Amino acid sequence: MIPARVVGKVVATQKNHRYENARMMLCQQITPEGDETSYSVLALDSVDAGVGDTVLIVQEGWGASTAATGKVGAAIDSAIVGVVDRIDLL
Amino acid sequence: MQLARVIGTVVATVKNESLHGRKLLVVQTVDRNLDAIGKPMVAVDAVGAGIGELVFWCRGKEASFPFKREDTPTDCTIVGIVDSEQHVTR
Repeated sequence: MIPARVVGKVVATQKNHRYENARMMLCQQITPEGDETSYSVLALDSVDAGVGDTVLIVQEGWGASTAATGKVGAAIDSAIVGVVDRIDLL
Repeated sequence: MQLARVIGTVVATVKNESLHGRKLLVVQTVDRNLDAIGKPMVAVDAVGAGIGELVFWCRGKEASFPFKREDTPTDCTIVGIVDSEQHVTR
């Protein structure tokens, strides 16, 4: 999983049918300290995350498809699976 | 998934049999501000995208899932077309 910040939303009418009824969030990967990296990624939301939230993104197809759509085997490589309350570092 | 701009097409006469009839497009990945990031890639199209459109692509094994998944050799597939640049809210 990678920590990321939700920075926006994307609307697409023409898409793979497995994406229907899912919310597509534009996320920016962050370091554990909270600084944004240069990596932008689109992830399907499975936990009602909102813009500004720090989230956990799974980047593995099986887990991401199941979390986002409830079924395996979709063309989905990233899903938001948690909203981070805080990260404590040594 | 990542946002990308379709910047070209690829014509390949000799190719794997399961890629016959598939459209190959050159995509340039973009960041949250829609500025180009990284090098362009060749993606298989699963939604009918065209040059100039803002799309999102799926990476890895999941990229073959819109097609005959066991034997379509792709690691990058366009799975959605963003309605317009205004539909990327930040």
